[in-house]
Amino acid sequence: MLESGRLAMAGVLLAAATVSGSAARAETIAISCGAVGLELKICQEGAEIWAKKTGHQVNVVSTPNSATERLALYQQILAASSPDIDVFQIDVIWPGTLANHFVDLKSHVPADVLASHFEAIVENNTVNGKLVAMPWYTDAGVLYYRKDLLDAAGKQPPQTWEELGAIAKELQDKARSQGNDRMWGYVFQGKAYEGLTCNALEWIDSYGGGRIVDDKGKVTVDNDKAVRALTWAASTVGTIAPEGVLNYSEEESRGVFQSGNAIFMRNWPYAWALAQAEDSPIKGKIGVVPLPKGGPDGKHTGALGGWQLAVSKYSRHPEIAIDLVRYLTSAEEQKRRAVAGSYNPTIKALYQDQDVLKAVPFFGTLYETFTNAVARPSRITGAKYNQMSAEFFNAVHQVLSKQEKPAESLAALEKRLDRLSRGGRW
Amino acid sequence: MATIELPAEAAAAVPGRSSRLTRQRTLAAWLFVAPMILVLAAVAGWPLLRTIWFAFTNANLSDLGAAEFVGIDNFTYLLTDPDWWVAVRNTFVFTLVSVTLEIVLGLGIALALDAHFRGRGLLRAAVLIPWAIPTVVSAQMWSWMFNDVFGIINAVLIGLGLIEHPIAWTGSPDTALAAVIIVDVWKTTPFMALLLLAGLQMLPAEIYEAARVDGVHPLKVFWKITLPLLKPALLVAVIFRALDALRIFDLIYVMTGNNRATMSMSVYARQQLVDFQDVGFGSAAATLLFAIIAFTTAVYLVVARVGRED
Repeated sequence: MLESGRLAMAGVLLAAATVSGSAARAETIAISCGAVGLELKICQEGAEIWAKKTGHQVNVVSTPNSATERLALYQQILAASSPDIDVFQIDVIWPGTLANHFVDLKSHVPADVLASHFEAIVENNTVNGKLVAMPWYTDAGVLYYRKDLLDAAGKQPPQTWEELGAIAKELQDKARSQGNDRMWGYVFQGKAYEGLTCNALEWIDSYGGGRIVDDKGKVTVDNDKAVRALTWAASTVGTIAPEGVLNYSEEESRGVFQSGNAIFMRNWPYAWALAQAEDSPIKGKIGVVPLPKGGPDGKHTGALGGWQLAVSKYSRHPEIAIDLVRYLTSAEEQKRRAVAGSYNPTIKALYQDQDVLKAVPFFGTLYETFTNAVARPSRITGAKYNQMSAEFFNAVHQVLSKQEKPAESLAALEKRLDRLSRGGRW
Repeated sequence: MATIELPAEAAAAVPGRSSRLTRQRTLAAWLFVAPMILVLAAVAGWPLLRTIWFAFTNANLSDLGAAEFVGIDNFTYLLTDPDWWVAVRNTFVFTLVSVTLEIVLGLGIALALDAHFRGRGLLRAAVLIPWAIPTVVSAQMWSWMFNDVFGIINAVLIGLGLIEHPIAWTGSPDTALAAVIIVDVWKTTPFMALLLLAGLQMLPAEIYEAARVDGVHPLKVFWKITLPLLKPALLVAVIFRALDALRIFDLIYVMTGNNRATMSMSVYARQQLVDFQDVGFGSAAATLLFAIIAFTTAVYLVVARVGRED
């Protein structure tokens, strides 16, 4: 099993694209970038600018789209103390899991630069006083909708999930009666993976059903509000959401929405730049609003996502790698990324930048959503987060695929999480 | 067999003489076999023993050195985990259905390819294409073809009027395992066909000639001559495929990830080992997987031998 992992790792490294700079004594730094949507291209461009400035070379290593798989790959590389990758792009929930493998960046980043980033993310990336990673971009789940279709029907974007259901049903039926058989009301990420944890956490949090595990470690997922949330979510599958959503991750849902076959989509901000691209069939026809509330008493929410850059302590050139991280997380590069790829900056001032707001208008209107996003319980669950998350997304998947009733599934989940956490002690 | 009584001295002398020769031969044999044994011990024996050792510890992927012996804790936990038993069930359903279909289809194709016709060589090569495509590539290709919104399989089925609404092949738990089996059958039938074709070509032509002279019906020829004579090749092919199918991983992982509805024993073990970093528990799952495969093979071989003696 472990051996096959190494093979996969070698494959990834072989597939690495080289971005070259020119200098007499150039060192080569390898950085792992995600490859969802435009991510890899934009990462390569940024690395190339840095390479030109400094004369070093950058190897951009593309990693699996699924965050779950990406973490597995990182863990194998890091557990082997491999110097193959110098800079790692890590998820907002990983600093605790991977902290031991990274260089403390605190002394390498000026205090005023650090202070310009969102405090919550800097705090998230600080483990036992050590700055494990620099914030690169943040993320929160948002609702994309077909502005043209809603306007034509005289509808406002939905305030609650129930409203979303009603609008989706009406417009979906209308589109189908006009001959578009493939039209669906709502797509999201329903595959049994980390993305479903984010989606389901949003449903539950929007109904006021808590965050699966509370700040003290107590498992709270089995409650009436969570049951209501999942009952609603399960009711969408096969009615306003295609049954295939049970195997969709981000890019599959974007595929359906961007080809004009869905009215609403839950996704991350990165989808904006792609949906508004020149070759997109829905260019100029979409809008973005916060995710709906769970009933009139619920709240708007969005799962906190986002990626950080960390420097491996097994790197052969940590100083140069740190310089690359400083450049990529700088205001200059974050602005370029926001404009070119609609990646949310982690630097507060950029949310008032005119160029950024022109490219991605909802960065201004959804500022609150981004700053108040709901975090997955990764801090309290620590090394057991992945197991917790797998139990959670599997239980939700059982509900969505109608294998179990929400109440039964959540009660069983709470028991399993209690056992996993040894009664909430994690 | 007749035994010859040897005088006492002769009996004593013979072993002495032949033992020098035997010793030399044994030594030579060992020398020839040694590199192979060393390689096998390094690439198969050592990882296997290490995995079995880890199965009795609480090893964690982030720090393998700190592993402590915990006895059979991992196994007791594993045997009480309903997910493991779902994985066992999935694996056996997958193996049974896919191998059966592959034998039937593979035999059909092998018989067709055994006939003499123009372009036979070309067709034999073409049949192998699915087998030649890397599994990850074909699995991804099929997932797109199975897609419920833009997949071609739904489009074809709807076009033919066989279904009214698109089926979410890999999404719905009712069809996910079936979808995986379909892809495996598509991929592996050529391999089966080739193994059986090799077997078919070994069969003596005289018997068929005799059957033709006697005017035996072709179906009877198949049941009474081809199948019994092909049995050894068939048994080997089945055990090859069954062993392969029992440790199925790549196809399932690419098509449906860690979904419980399709999770095989290998996918389960990988999730524990890598995603959860629980090397101890994951190794226990891998060890049990190994034991189950070894046991199944043993049972199969015994049954196959009993069958042959009849």
